[in-house]
Amino acid sequence: MRALLLALALLLTVSAARADSAIDALPFKNAAQEQRFQHLTGQLRCLVCQNESLADSNAGLAKDLRLQVFQQMQAGRTDAQIKQYLVARYSDYVLYDPPLKPSNYVLWFGPFAVLLAGAAGAALYLRRRSRADAAPADSGDEDW
Amino acid sequence: MNRLLPLAGFLLLVTLFGYGLWWNAHHDVTAVPSPLIGKPAPAFDLPRLHDPALRVTKADLLGKPYLLNVFASWCFACGDEHPVLMAEVHELGLPLIGYDYKDKPADARAWLTARGDPYTLVVTDQSGDTAINFGVYGAPETFLIDADGIIRYKHIGPLTPGVIRDQLAPQLRKLGVQPAPGI
Repeated sequence: MRALLLALALLLTVSAARADSAIDALPFKNAAQEQRFQHLTGQLRCLVCQNESLADSNAGLAKDLRLQVFQQMQAGRTDAQIKQYLVARYSDYVLYDPPLKPSNYVLWFGPFAVLLAGAAGAALYLRRRSRADAAPADSGDEDW
Repeated sequence: MNRLLPLAGFLLLVTLFGYGLWWNAHHDVTAVPSPLIGKPAPAFDLPRLHDPALRVTKADLLGKPYLLNVFASWCFACGDEHPVLMAEVHELGLPLIGYDYKDKPADARAWLTARGDPYTLVVTDQSGDTAINFGVYGAPETFLIDADGIIRYKHIGPLTPGVIRDQLAPQLRKLGVQPAPGI
């Protein structure tokens, strides 16, 4: 019984491991290269199913692009060169981690700007309230 | 005044969210802007659909502007676009080159035979490798390429009479192409 359970658990682990690995069988030279491939394609967006990475997507184009990435890795190109190849064709959109540049400053700094504005507003409000507390006036402002 | 402050903040947020909703409804959220606009079209050398022994290269098509329409027989939206192309192709005033994308040539030929062929000529890219250089990620997509081989405009998704009138026709006029007055 225990042996059976163990076998079942093992089987589940194996199939789970399979489910999140690459869909196509590419002839990698070694495990390190495969790891590099998985890492790189995990950072790239599939353009057909835009909530999937290139590593996970089953779309035809994703397969073609994975093959491109694989072939360029075999040809000795660096990760940066491969990313540049894709960006030149599909824009920064293929990168899950967009580069910092003027056209997306709002994306990078917008949240901090909103946070600062909120903090400034809160500080102003608190300062005013404490002043109102120090010199109780006839207005009913402090109620809210 | 102080009492109005939270209300003002609330209205600001409502405006922001409202704008977000409006923006999402009024543009194609899956459309990826092409970095190739204003740049030379990639070189290509592809067989013709109806006569695979003949090949067409980018150099063959230089000299006057043309439209490159990426389609496939398996592509559902291409079926929606097809009647529009049939109706408007002669009004546009420039050649319409078909680009059969990741498709079996026999299927594409049958598809065009059954529905009509709006194209001046059709090239086939069975592997889709050349299409990657064009930044194609689906079908239909349409490129406007000028006489010097520069990509001037790209439309992702089916061309509709509205898109042709409001977006494509002004780009054609910029290149000195005169679409028919109805467009």
